[in-house]
Amino acid sequence: MPLAVVLILLVVGSVVFHLLSPWTFTELASNWGLIDFTIDVTFWVTGTVFVLVNLFLAYCIIKFRYKKGARATYEPENKKLETWLTAITAVGVAAMLAPGLFVWASFVNVPEDAIEVEAVGQQWHWTFRYPGDDGKFGEVDAERITDENPFGMDPDDPNGQDDILVYSAEAHVPLDTPVKFLLRSKDVLHDFAVAQFRVKMDLVPGMETFLWLTPTKLGRFEILCEELCGIAHHTMRGAVVVDEPEDYASWIAKQSTWAQDSMKAAGNAQVGAAQFAVCAACHGQQGEGMQALNAPKLAGQSSWYLKRQLQNYKSGTRGAHADDVFGKQMAPMAATLVNDAAIDNVIAHIETLPDNPAPSTVAGDVGNGEKLYRVCSYCHGADGQGIRAMNAPRAAGMSDWYLARQLENFREGIRGSHLSDYYGFQMGLMASVARDEKAINDLVAYINTL
Amino acid sequence: MGYVAIADRDHEIEHHDPQTFISKYVWSQDHKVIAIQYGCTAIFVGLIALCLSAMMRLQLGFPDSFSFINPENYYQFVTMHGMIMVIYLLTALFLGGFGNYLIPLMVGSRDMVFPYLNMLSYWVYLLSVIILLISFFVPGGATGAGWTLYPPQAIMAGTPGTEWGIILMLASLGVFIVAFTMGGLNYITTVLQARCRGMTLMRMPLSVWGIFIATILGLLAFPALLVSAIMMLFDKTLHTSFFMPAISSAGMDPGYTGGSPILFQHLFWFFGHPEVYIVALPAFGIVSDLLSTHARKNIFGYRMMVWAIIAIGGLSFIVWAHHMYVSGMNPYFGFFFATTTLIIAVPTAIKVYNWVLTLWEGNIHLRVPMLFSIGFIFTFLHGGLTGLFLGNVTIDLPLSDTYFVVAHFHMVMGVSPILVVFGAIYHWWPKITGKMYNETLGKWHFWMTFLGTYAIYLPMHYLGFQGVPRRYFAMGNTDFLPASAQDLNAAITVSALFVAAAQILFFVNVIWSLKKGPKADPNPWDATSLEWQTPDTPPKHGNWGHDLPTCHRWAYDYSVPGYADDFIPQNVPPDIAPVGRDHEEDH
Repeated sequence: MPLAVVLILLVVGSVVFHLLSPWTFTELASNWGLIDFTIDVTFWVTGTVFVLVNLFLAYCIIKFRYKKGARATYEPENKKLETWLTAITAVGVAAMLAPGLFVWASFVNVPEDAIEVEAVGQQWHWTFRYPGDDGKFGEVDAERITDENPFGMDPDDPNGQDDILVYSAEAHVPLDTPVKFLLRSKDVLHDFAVAQFRVKMDLVPGMETFLWLTPTKLGRFEILCEELCGIAHHTMRGAVVVDEPEDYASWIAKQSTWAQDSMKAAGNAQVGAAQFAVCAACHGQQGEGMQALNAPKLAGQSSWYLKRQLQNYKSGTRGAHADDVFGKQMAPMAATLVNDAAIDNVIAHIETLPDNPAPSTVAGDVGNGEKLYRVCSYCHGADGQGIRAMNAPRAAGMSDWYLARQLENFREGIRGSHLSDYYGFQMGLMASVARDEKAINDLVAYINTL
Repeated sequence: MGYVAIADRDHEIEHHDPQTFISKYVWSQDHKVIAIQYGCTAIFVGLIALCLSAMMRLQLGFPDSFSFINPENYYQFVTMHGMIMVIYLLTALFLGGFGNYLIPLMVGSRDMVFPYLNMLSYWVYLLSVIILLISFFVPGGATGAGWTLYPPQAIMAGTPGTEWGIILMLASLGVFIVAFTMGGLNYITTVLQARCRGMTLMRMPLSVWGIFIATILGLLAFPALLVSAIMMLFDKTLHTSFFMPAISSAGMDPGYTGGSPILFQHLFWFFGHPEVYIVALPAFGIVSDLLSTHARKNIFGYRMMVWAIIAIGGLSFIVWAHHMYVSGMNPYFGFFFATTTLIIAVPTAIKVYNWVLTLWEGNIHLRVPMLFSIGFIFTFLHGGLTGLFLGNVTIDLPLSDTYFVVAHFHMVMGVSPILVVFGAIYHWWPKITGKMYNETLGKWHFWMTFLGTYAIYLPMHYLGFQGVPRRYFAMGNTDFLPASAQDLNAAITVSALFVAAAQILFFVNVIWSLKKGPKADPNPWDATSLEWQTPDTPPKHGNWGHDLPTCHRWAYDYSVPGYADDFIPQNVPPDIAPVGRDHEEDH
């Protein structure tokens, strides 16, 4: 008897939970309302079966529970009943399958007028490519990928010259226009999924896959990798920003083509030396860093990383958090570099500075730090040398007190919580490895030994 | 040469009776001892996998709270939990455990037809378990590639355990498959060749049918896993490129070229989908017998049930790519696989109807095995219905790789088979040990497990609707998830820990029963099938004493009209139950 009551309560409870709980589908922001419709049909069919079968089950348990002297009936088969049940089931299944196949057919056939955007996945980042004015993508090849050519572009392919390469996890698309995302992976399987768009598809190295949708809402929609791609899988995030068509056009117009990127002049160290005077006031003449002024060592740090940080300071992506005391000091300093060329010049100068290991100031349990560092080593390298392809800067031989503070900032969300700071977001999730001050000190003490 | 216990030789006295403790309990060739060895080993590794899931849930429910869980070992826990539960617990327990124990007893045989091979099967299985467990302790630890072991990441930097873990994992799978093949050939041959007189195929209990068809599925499906494991081992160790295209990993070119990651997925799921039914079909069969016995009523639509098992088994080989709708395979495959997948719902639904109709006009004893069986109907129905979402290719787009999938497959092939496992253990415990278990403890065990698991998995579906991906170490802040999603996760974790702790009741019951349990009646449930009619309880070596039984009827003569008792054992000749004869002709 309690069993029957519990079954009835579970059925009622499940239905109530379904109808009333706050946890339900994320609001739709694409044309795929038909997917939601198919789900609704399926809910009705399966929900009815769920309720009816379980209530019947509960009824049987009540009605036919053991009674002394009672006897079950003997009825091995009932052809008619079995045939009817089979037929009704088949009809219910067909009712769900038909809309499913119909919608799938429209997913498989991409509209002719869809614009194309290529999403490129790698451990654990997104980048994007647009075909440029000619509407054609240039050839790419995994074997051509280097630090300088991260997309593996073919320099001899004329179609690729006007391709727009977006070195950011943020793609822009226009509202109410069908968009075909071409999906490509450099290394392992990934998956391009945006909850509000409903559709998703794996990225498979060695081939190109696709999905398409028409965005129907303005805004920023997060991309999540949903195919296990290694230890930082959960940090592989990006976003699709849906703009008004004119905003989209002006965004595209601001992007430089691959040909323009390739022709950019290298930074001039001599010009940069003059600019560096401002930096030297805190970071030292040799870029060796000064702990007293909370300025970390710069010499020997990866150039691409310095550049990104300067850009982040300028754009407010970094150094804008209320609790980021020293970041807030740095932001106006970075603003003195008027453009990317100025940044390149300063960095070119920093590259000429002598790279002497920063003094150790943090002490901790090196053995424990080594264990903690295992997780870090996937991106920053076994020697803490930094790996450009992973967007991971050098950690070894740099100012250890600064490292400790940044780890804490990442963990506390003081750094990396800006929406555009995708790399910082990743570090925020990964910095949870070092949960407290002791763990941070152990970790940094180990990095000092590298 | 081992003996062949075919019906015509029932007067031959066997010569391989165990002589010593070692040959009786360690290097035993007795199917019952081997069954217990399989069962204990499987439950032991299952407990390890349960602990791993508790660790995962701790992280998911309370992120950043436990310093002993980091992304690296989290993914190792995920991987090993899944692999152990699916292969080393469920497959081994249903086929190596229940298959070994039940087949010879239920078909009226003295043992498996190849007892020595049967013994080898267990020891090779144990070896595979040992290799698997060693992988936790090698440099780099166990593999963290996910139980699906998808290349390239299973063997590339960026995934934990690519040094040795993955090699041991693949080796262990290979060894397991060898063990399974030795056992599987045995089960099939025994069913086909060693049934006692009168035991026609259509008189066999559904437990045997389920295990028999599941074994055939296994023998056809596991080779796909074996070859993919070997090919991946080659890719890893010899640098072949079966599954490895040209890639750039962490800025380096590892030198592979031309392989296909999707080929692996096809091979894996060609095994992986039938694997679902390798676990499910024995559960279907066993639960049919439990329901029938404790409802004192014949299973409804026996022939339909047999054909449904066969149909599901056959169909399970043409639905595999429904695991791959969003894998990047040719999207036109989606039409075919969605159709076959939804068709398989029809025979499956028939089974559910027939279980429920078996209770109709029954005389239901709500003993512990029955509670678990009815719990199974509820959870399996739930899991089966959510399968209609995922199988329908369109709906898989939003739900694939989310917690909806996790919830679905745990309901359908986690909770449901485990409820049957417990129901079956309680049901056959008196026969296996000769002791009774404690009914009250058993009922508590049921209630806590049944309600607890539903509290875990019902809400999990809704996390999936919201778009929470599976296999995420942590969500971090997102725009589209409300903060309450984390509260839900915490509640799920509490339920999971509760269910894990509740399993202690089972072990308390086992120990209590073995030490203090009252002596069991040889046939405490008044069941009809042959295993309850053995001359000794527990059955001695050779099972049947001097004479093999003769089967005179199907296994479901419960409450036959005009007969005094409400059951007629299969070995009771027709003339003793004159009224049952009309139906005798049909079966």
